[in-house]
Amino acid sequence: MKQGLNCGMVLAALLLGTAPAALLAETPPDTLVIADAIDDIVSIDPHEAFEFSGVDLNNNLYDTLIELDPADPDQLIPGLAESWAVAEDGLTYSFKIKSGITFSSGNEVTAEVAANSLRRVVKLNKTPAFILTQFGLTPENVDQMITFDGDTVTLKTDKAYAPTFVYNCLTAGVANIVDVATAMANEVNGDMGNEWLKSNSAGTGAYVLRSFKPNEGYILEARTGHWRGDALIKNVLMRHVPEGATQRLLLEKGDIDIAREMTPTDISGLEGNADLKVQNDVGGQLYYLAMNQKVEALANPKVLEAMRWAVDYKGMTDTILKGQWGVHQAFLPKGFLGALEETPYSLDIEKAKALLAESGVTLPLEVSLTVRNNQERMDIAQSIQNTFGQAGITVTLDVGDGKQVLEKYRARQHEITVQTWGPDYPDPHTNASTFAMNPDNSDEAKATGYLAWRTAWDPKELGAMTEAAVAERDGDKRKAMYEDIQRTHRDTSAFVMMFQQMSQTALRANVTNFYTGGATDSAAYWTVTK
Amino acid sequence: MTDISQPGPPSRVAAIARRIATEGATLVVTLLGLLLMTFLIGRVVPIDPVLSIVGERATAEQYDAVRLALGLDEPLWKQFAIYVGDALQGDLGQSIRTREPVLEEIARYFPATLELATLATLFGVLVGVPAGVLAATRPGTLADQVVRVVGLMGYSMPVFWLGLIGLLVFYGMLGWVGGPGRLDSAYQMLFEFEVTQYTGMILIDTALNGRWDMFANAFSHIVLPAGLLGYVSMAYISRMTRSFMMNELGQEYITTARVKGMPEWRVVWVHAMRNVLVPLITVIALSYAYLLEGSVLTETIFAWPGLGSYITNALFAADMPAVLGGTVVVGAVFVALNMLSDILYRVVDPRAR
Repeated sequence: MKQGLNCGMVLAALLLGTAPAALLAETPPDTLVIADAIDDIVSIDPHEAFEFSGVDLNNNLYDTLIELDPADPDQLIPGLAESWAVAEDGLTYSFKIKSGITFSSGNEVTAEVAANSLRRVVKLNKTPAFILTQFGLTPENVDQMITFDGDTVTLKTDKAYAPTFVYNCLTAGVANIVDVATAMANEVNGDMGNEWLKSNSAGTGAYVLRSFKPNEGYILEARTGHWRGDALIKNVLMRHVPEGATQRLLLEKGDIDIAREMTPTDISGLEGNADLKVQNDVGGQLYYLAMNQKVEALANPKVLEAMRWAVDYKGMTDTILKGQWGVHQAFLPKGFLGALEETPYSLDIEKAKALLAESGVTLPLEVSLTVRNNQERMDIAQSIQNTFGQAGITVTLDVGDGKQVLEKYRARQHEITVQTWGPDYPDPHTNASTFAMNPDNSDEAKATGYLAWRTAWDPKELGAMTEAAVAERDGDKRKAMYEDIQRTHRDTSAFVMMFQQMSQTALRANVTNFYTGGATDSAAYWTVTK
Repeated sequence: MTDISQPGPPSRVAAIARRIATEGATLVVTLLGLLLMTFLIGRVVPIDPVLSIVGERATAEQYDAVRLALGLDEPLWKQFAIYVGDALQGDLGQSIRTREPVLEEIARYFPATLELATLATLFGVLVGVPAGVLAATRPGTLADQVVRVVGLMGYSMPVFWLGLIGLLVFYGMLGWVGGPGRLDSAYQMLFEFEVTQYTGMILIDTALNGRWDMFANAFSHIVLPAGLLGYVSMAYISRMTRSFMMNELGQEYITTARVKGMPEWRVVWVHAMRNVLVPLITVIALSYAYLLEGSVLTETIFAWPGLGSYITNALFAADMPAVLGGTVVVGAVFVALNMLSDILYRVVDPRAR
C-alpha cells in the first residue's frame, strides 16, 4: 500500500510542477490565434491551392488585381489594379496597375510581373487553372493573350463574355499575383517555383508566411507599410485542431481567439458565456436531389412537382441539420450575384398527393434513393423516405460509399440521389453552367462535368439562357437573367434544391471584424482587432 | 590440396553467424510478407486511386491518362515487383494529395508519436511493474484489489472519453496541465524561430537548446496525453506482471530461497523478478509498439500531429500510397521491437543464449 501511495504522490507532484507553466496560457496581445481543421490543404502555391483552408491562407498572403470586398462579398473593389475596363469588342480587358506596391521580397509590382503571374497559372496548369483557361487561354497562346504595356496588363478572351464573369474569376485565389522573379529563382526541374511555394510565400498580401507545417499549423507576420494599410494584428498563428470539443475548451480557456470547426452541440454549449460570441455566415455548399430522367415516372412533371412539396425542408433544418444548413431552393448560393433567397416550397403532403394523383403514374410509385453512407446524408435520406412515403412514393435506400455513389451518378444509373455541390469560383456561371446546361444529353456524350447530364435532364431553353447570361455585359441585366433562370430551374428541373451550408464561428468577445468571406470562402485576417 | 570438407567442432562464432543468418532470413521474409499484405490491401479496398487524384469533375481522358501514369494497367505481379523494388530503395511512393514523398512526410509526423509513446511506456513500466509486484506479493489485500480495479478501468474505458474528461478536469477546470497541442500558442511561435530542431521531439530539442521554460511548457502539454496512454499501458503491464510474479512466487526455488532466510525484497526483486522479466519484456515491447502506431483518437482530441492522425487523414482522402507507407513503417517498427526484445531476452536469460 505504501508503494502505491508513493506512486500517487510522485504523479501529483509532477502534475503540480507543471502548474506555473500552464498559467502563461493566454494568447499574446499582438497575435491572433485561430483553431481550424486545416488538413484539407494540398498545396499553398496560390496557383495550385483549391481547398478551403489553403485559399483562406493565400487570401492573406497575396492579392488579386480586383478583389471582393471582405465586408460585402458581392462588391468588386480595386486590388493591385487601380482601374479596369473592357474594350468595345468585348474581348479585350485592360487593368491599370497601381504604382509603388512591392512584394515581400522588395520587388516592385509592375504590369509585366502581373502578366507573368497570370501566365504562370496557365503554364503550370494545376487543378484550379480552368478558372482562367475557360476564357480560351492555353499554355501555347497565353503569351499572346496576356500582354503588358507600361502600367497596363491586357487580357484577351476567345469570345465575348459578361465582364462581371471575367472580373469575378479574377478575384479567385488562382488569380493571385505572385512575385514570379522570386518563384523562378527557386525553380527546380522546371516547376516554376511550385515546390518552393509550398512552404514559402511571395506575395503582396498583408501578411508574410513565416512557417507552415501541414496538419500542424502556420505562422504569419504582418508586413509594415502595406498598401492597404498595415494589418491591425502583428502575427497570426493557425493551429490545426480537428476536434470541435477540443476547440471549445481552448476557446473557453482563452488559449485561442477564434474557433472555426465547432459543431452545433459545441456552439450551443457556449450560450450564456459573456466572454465568447458566435458569428453566423453562409458557406457555398448546396444539398440537392437529382431525379434521373431516364426513369419514365421521374420525368413526369407532376411527379417532380409533387416531390418538391414532399420534402420536409424546415423539419430537417430545425433538427438534424440545425446550425449547419439552412433552407435554400435555388442553385446559386446566397452571396453570389443573382442568388435567389425565395423559398416557395414547404412540406405539403396533401398537395403532393393531389399532384401524384393527377400525374397518372401507378401508385404507390416505387423508387430507389442512392445515398452515401455518412450520418448526415443518411439522416436526410431517411427524412425524405418518410415524407415521400406519406405522399405515395415508396423509397428504397440504396446505400454505398462515396465512390460507389459517385460512380453510379456519373454513369446515370441512379433513380434519385441526394448530393452536394460547391461553387468553383465566385461567379454565378460556376453553378449555372453545371445545373442548367447540357449541350448533348446522349449517353455517348459522357459529359459528366454537367450535373444536368448526369441526371439525364435536358434543360432546353435554359441552356441558351445560361449562355446568354454569361455573355451579358450589363451587370444588372445579368443579375436579373440568373434570377429568371433559377426560378424556371427551381420549378421545372429534374433537381430539387434543398439546403445551403451555414458556418458558425466562435470567437472571444474582444475579437472584431473577422470576415470568413461567406459563400466564396476567403477569410480576411488583416481586418481583425482584439 | 587442403581438405576443407572436414567439419571441425561448431565454434561459437559459427553459431552466432548461423543465428544471424536465420534471423536475417526471417526478417526478410517477414518484411516481404508485410509488403505483400499492404500491397494487396491497397488493391482490394474499394477506393479508386485515380478518382482521388483527378477529382470528380474530370473527363474520361484525364482519368485514363492518370491511370496509365500510375501504372495501373500493368499486371498485378509486375506492379508488386515495382512496389518492392521502390520500397527497398526507401521509396514508399508519393502521397497522392500532396505529391510529397511519403517517407519524408512520415519522418515529419513520427517524432511527435515517438515522444508521446516513449513517455507513455516509461510511465506504464515505472508504475505498472511495481503495482503488479505489489499486487502479486499481497494477493487478496486492499492493495491487490486497488491495483486490479484501477487496471480494469484502464482496460475497459474508451481512451477518447478518458481524454476528453482528462482535458476538462485537469486543463479546463483545475488548470494543472497545458491544453491540446504540443505547446502554448506563445511558445509555439518561439519554438519555430528560436529553437534549433534536431529531432522533432520537443522535450529533447528544448533541452538540447537549454530552453528550460519551453521544456516545462512542453512537459505540461505532453503529461496528460502521455499519462493517459501510459495509464492504459500500465493497466496491461501491471496485470501481466501480477500474473507472472504470482506464478514465479509459487515455484520451489522461491520456497528454497525463503527457507534459507533470504530477505523478502531480495526474493521478489532479484530472484523472482529475473524470471518474470523474460516474458515481461515481450509484453512491454508489444505495448510500446502498439503506442508507436499512433493513437488516432488521442491524437485527434489532443491536436497532436502524430502518425496515427497522418494515416487516418490519408485514409479519408483515399491516399493509398500514404496509408500503405504508414502501414509499412508501423510494421517495420513492430519487427524491429520484436528483434530488440529477442536480444534483451537473451541478455536476461542465459539459457536462450
